[in-house]
Amino acid sequence: MNIPSIVFRRFSRNRLSLAALLVVFSIITLALLAGIVSPRDPMAIDVHNVLSPPTWAHPFGTDELGRDVLSRMIWGSRVSLKVGFIAVGLAILLGTIIGSVAGFYGGKTDALLMRFVDIMLAFPTFFLILAVIAILEPSIYTIMAVIGFTGWMDVARLVRAEFLTLRERDFVVAAKAMGAGNLRIMFKHILPNALAPVFVAATFGVAGAILTESGLSFLGLGVQPPNPSWGNILTAGKDNIEVAWWLSLFPGLAILVTVLSYNLVGEGLRDALDPRLWERESSATRDKRKTPKVSTID
Amino acid sequence: MMIPLIFGITLITFAVVHLAPGGPVEVETEMQIKASAQARENLKKLYGLDKPLHVQYVDWLKRFATLDFGKSFVDGREVIKKIAERIPVTLTINILSLLLILATAIPIGILSATKRYSLFDKLSTIFVFVGFSTPAFWLALLLMILFGVNLGILPISGIQSIDVSEMGRMDRLLDWAKHLVLPVGISAFGGIAGLSRYSRSSMLEVIRQDYIRTARAKGLDESDVILKHAFRNALMPVVTILGLSVPGLIGGGVIFETIFAIPGMGQLFYSSAMSRDYPTIMGILVIGAVLTLIGNLLADISYALVDPRIRRAGR
Repeated sequence: MNIPSIVFRRFSRNRLSLAALLVVFSIITLALLAGIVSPRDPMAIDVHNVLSPPTWAHPFGTDELGRDVLSRMIWGSRVSLKVGFIAVGLAILLGTIIGSVAGFYGGKTDALLMRFVDIMLAFPTFFLILAVIAILEPSIYTIMAVIGFTGWMDVARLVRAEFLTLRERDFVVAAKAMGAGNLRIMFKHILPNALAPVFVAATFGVAGAILTESGLSFLGLGVQPPNPSWGNILTAGKDNIEVAWWLSLFPGLAILVTVLSYNLVGEGLRDALDPRLWERESSATRDKRKTPKVSTID
Repeated sequence: MMIPLIFGITLITFAVVHLAPGGPVEVETEMQIKASAQARENLKKLYGLDKPLHVQYVDWLKRFATLDFGKSFVDGREVIKKIAERIPVTLTINILSLLLILATAIPIGILSATKRYSLFDKLSTIFVFVGFSTPAFWLALLLMILFGVNLGILPISGIQSIDVSEMGRMDRLLDWAKHLVLPVGISAFGGIAGLSRYSRSSMLEVIRQDYIRTARAKGLDESDVILKHAFRNALMPVVTILGLSVPGLIGGGVIFETIFAIPGMGQLFYSSAMSRDYPTIMGILVIGAVLTLIGNLLADISYALVDPRIRRAGR
């Protein structure tokens, strides 16, 4: 059995995570097909139907310009996904490179890089993000870059820790004896073995990035109106808090469900990738008895 | 250890703030297309922005050493004074919410660890996941709608009512408490979820240890075993996490203070960032980072207080 399918078998044992994975896929599908599934034009203004509560025509109501909230939410999901994936991709890339170098070379390089990590961790991240975005033009690209540049530290620490244990292993010594260069050893031999915790961190990272983006858009620093995002619909919700509860309720619920799903998938992935639980598994692969459920986040 | 860290923090902050395009001069002259090149130069000279960057940084550092953050570009007042009048509100809210986190999260964590797989444990697990995933500002909006708009029992903005000066002392205190309930409760929410999980897992770890079995074997009460033998050991990782959560609390303030219209550091930061007020931005970022470092230091110290092994190793 190849490794991905073993991981998937282990993953699907946790029903909750599996359900969460389905939710994640449906949201991605919804975002990709926004042009087809969205019932109305998200930008169409209807002055006769301003701030209408949920009705059959507008299941989630309309906003202060009479635009359909459901359609705006469907289009807005694209923003969350784009920001989540690209920002986290950047963070993973940076974190992996810095963590690999620190863990592989050790000594002064390691000490210097880890001090840099300490400094970055000491910042109130949200302040820093806010400063940069306020100073640059607010746009989702700025947000992606800034979340990426302020979110790589955990990954760097994880990768470094893996490298520290892996670099003493026999297969690394063997590769060195065969004359492999440092870069080749780092990225071809060690890195693939260090990736499991990175995948898990990436999943949690997407959840965090979606939360941050919605907060920034809420403050008016993210996606600029009239383009919809979950965060800026909530801004309208705040402005009309006395009259239009639906503007606050639904977009927030969408954020909650999405973020919760990514977190649950991350949990399931962590258990599925945990090598300590693996060895027991492989000896009992054909055992049809139900293995005791592995508890989540201990 | 802290000095180089602070040095590094100021350097990065300075670079980020000053290298970004669009300085205060541009913002100020944006509205007046006719502002001549000469006028721009004069403004720049006034703010000291005409010098090379490294000179500006050294100047700033010299003044920082005497705790002088310069004057705000916006209203010309001392940055340190502007910050000083905002800090009490922000600190009060943060300290109250930290206390709330400690007072609720640790009992929840311990209870769900000692009664693992019970109904309570399952419920608290659900709470943790939902708590981690809830955008706090959204929760704030919902609670404002519920308590402020529908039930009308809590005020939804500011930290005091308009007629506060006409109230007696008790009423004033009550008024203040009413204004703080929602901000404190909501900023504690995420922290409670996180910390209760950490205390649960660290308690589970401790309960497995031999000395707990010994304590039980010699016939101690279960409550004595948990509260006296296990509790202190389970507390240590929790203390570290608490220290690390300080930057999150300070940073999260921006959104709460904007939603609830609380005149704290977060709100000041938001408006300074918007108007490119470099001295104020620098001042708040550095003070925020220093507060974070102090938080970490306090965590280290209390770590030593709970763990005699660390105290001895230090000597």
